[in-house]
Amino acid sequence: MGAGRILGPQRRNLWFWVFVGPFVVGLGLFTYVPLAWSVYLSFFDAHNTVSPSGSDFVGLGNYGAMLGDGAFLSSLGTFLVFTAFIVPATYALSLGLALMVNRLRIAQAFFRSVFFLPTACSYVVAAVIWKLSIFNGVRFGLANTVLGWLGGGSGDIAWLSTTDPPWYWLVIVTVRLWLQAGFYMILFLAGLQRISPQLYEAAAVDGARPGWQTFRHITFPQLRATSVAVVLLLVINAFQAFDEFYNLLSDARGYPPYARPPLVYLYYTALGQDQNLGLGSAGAVILALIIAVATVLQARWFGLGRTRED
Amino acid sequence: MTGIERRRLLAAGGGAALAGLVSACGANTGRGGGGSGSGISQWYHQYGEPGTAQAVKRYAAAYKKAHVSVQWRPGDYDRQTAAALLTDSGPDVFEVNGPLLDQIQGGQVVDLTAEVEPVKDDFNQAVLAPKIWQGKIWGIPQVIDMQMLYYRKSALKDAGVEPPSSVDELVDAAGKLTTKKSKGLFLGNDGGVGVLSGTPLFAAGLSLIDEDGKVGFDDPAAARVLGKIRQLYADKSLLLGAPTDWSDPAAFLQGLTAMQWSGLWALPQIKKALGDDFGVLPFPKEGSGGKPAVPVGAYGSAVSARSKRKAEAKAFAKWLWVERTDFQQDFALSYGFHIPARISLAKKAKQLQEGAAADAVRFATEHGHAEPLLWTTADRTAYQDALSRIIKDGANPETELKGVVRKVNAELQRVKRT
Repeated sequence: MGAGRILGPQRRNLWFWVFVGPFVVGLGLFTYVPLAWSVYLSFFDAHNTVSPSGSDFVGLGNYGAMLGDGAFLSSLGTFLVFTAFIVPATYALSLGLALMVNRLRIAQAFFRSVFFLPTACSYVVAAVIWKLSIFNGVRFGLANTVLGWLGGGSGDIAWLSTTDPPWYWLVIVTVRLWLQAGFYMILFLAGLQRISPQLYEAAAVDGARPGWQTFRHITFPQLRATSVAVVLLLVINAFQAFDEFYNLLSDARGYPPYARPPLVYLYYTALGQDQNLGLGSAGAVILALIIAVATVLQARWFGLGRTRED
Repeated sequence: MTGIERRRLLAAGGGAALAGLVSACGANTGRGGGGSGSGISQWYHQYGEPGTAQAVKRYAAAYKKAHVSVQWRPGDYDRQTAAALLTDSGPDVFEVNGPLLDQIQGGQVVDLTAEVEPVKDDFNQAVLAPKIWQGKIWGIPQVIDMQMLYYRKSALKDAGVEPPSSVDELVDAAGKLTTKKSKGLFLGNDGGVGVLSGTPLFAAGLSLIDEDGKVGFDDPAAARVLGKIRQLYADKSLLLGAPTDWSDPAAFLQGLTAMQWSGLWALPQIKKALGDDFGVLPFPKEGSGGKPAVPVGAYGSAVSARSKRKAEAKAFAKWLWVERTDFQQDFALSYGFHIPARISLAKKAKQLQEGAAADAVRFATEHGHAEPLLWTTADRTAYQDALSRIIKDGANPETELKGVVRKVNAELQRVKRT
């Protein structure tokens, strides 16, 4: 009798736990426990240890140190600059590609695949190619060679080592642009193909000129849901940026103080030889809070999850 | 079915998972072959030169008093040892780029003073100093790595430039040697931030941490010499963004630069490619109180405090790195190209008696500076960040250095407290 109630009708409870249980355990063990542990560590002076003793308790000291740390604050600034570059750039490029590919009558599948292919490339590999062959600082580097043909520059711009002007942003943004534009193009293509042809016919009857006017009043508004998803994904991805920064700019002796996003900075603080796990955890918690707030605000702003009728 | 059965199901699943975890841990106990506790385990990081792995195994096999199993650890060795030292399955004897102050203070390595004492004066004092904390020795220096300035004789002659003997002359020479096709000087793709580190300060007669344990560069001379490195960058005399970094002589050999800062390890390759057309220099002196300087450092052999066979491990470390000078010499010179940490061996070595190699030994002995034990990673990061802003952004060296001095003072407080 009692057992029947626990199992639920048709043993649904049992089956629920059989399917969900392993994931709950995994999620708890590998996500929530480390998360909680990290919050715990952030209140301690934990050098070289994950189990600090009570005497190492420093209260909010690590948070104070992190928020007063110019390098950490500047890393947040770096992230903002990066987002300001990469989000609009990827949005415009992938939408442009989608519009072009969508109009193709022949070889559409070919071009769709070609533009999508870079998504399959690893960030590390792409970063290394960007650093060593395209944007290296010597005169036979690809970018410098092309500039030489065009007669521009002295032919030896050190792309990643120059801070004035900050050419490194060009390298960092283009590598990610190349890697991710194809993926978002696919999302936009799907969005475009869902727009009903009748809308275009009606617009044509009403006298809308093809081209900009149709795009402005039909296509773009109809892509609203896709656009919201794309922008959200882009911002979250930008928050997580690590691979290309690390592989482009770090060397055996460390990382330069410019173009250092929060994750890279925390990586060196917590996991470098310093092993300052308390301070690193405090930084991670601050970062997590910022991401949470930003995401909530963004969702509000765009009305994520709202239906058209709302 | 009952609730109990459900519980049993989950327990079985959990048990299987746990068994998997346990066996995964057991697969790599850090003790090769013979099961736990059957001998001494010794760790090395992966050396690039062929033959080194076979050599260290040969040394271990020659030790008769205990069975020594050697582990060759590729990958991020510093982090591997840092993690392993927290557990019981770590090495007994291991080489370490240190030991670091935090490791000594944390009681992770044992005191080796008694082992080293008889031959203490025979070690290169610059590399032995960072192994000493509160009068005790915590690691036995294995071999010395050093860096110096390589220059191409013919290029300097063509440009009518003498090998620079002061920082001003270096700035001048690098400017004159810079042509459309080649740069004057290569200090690494970051403009020298990483590899120079404290060397310009040493050359100005300063230090990172002085002998009294205080900041050693709170001095106008520090800002002056770093300003001159900025000058090199601003003059566009520095090679930046080369396909290989400073540690590889390729940029120098390909003629991308007339002078390059690199390690002693590059010497055989440069000699083979250029024959006699190259020379070596220390970092030139700066100002009237200055002296030429080269950075030196040594991996140390240390014994883990969690070892179950501390006495045997200490005896083995002593046997290999104090007594067996023949093995020490072989290790330093038969595979890679290093200076033996013992002065008597460095003097005896035939490969080090003439030409650039002899110069290198002289630089390391007379002008060698190692990073002090009290110079922590946080200090280094703060200093390198400031150096990067001085060199690349043209930031004011004095204000930048003031910030670093504050940071270093805070760190000194921290490490002295614990």
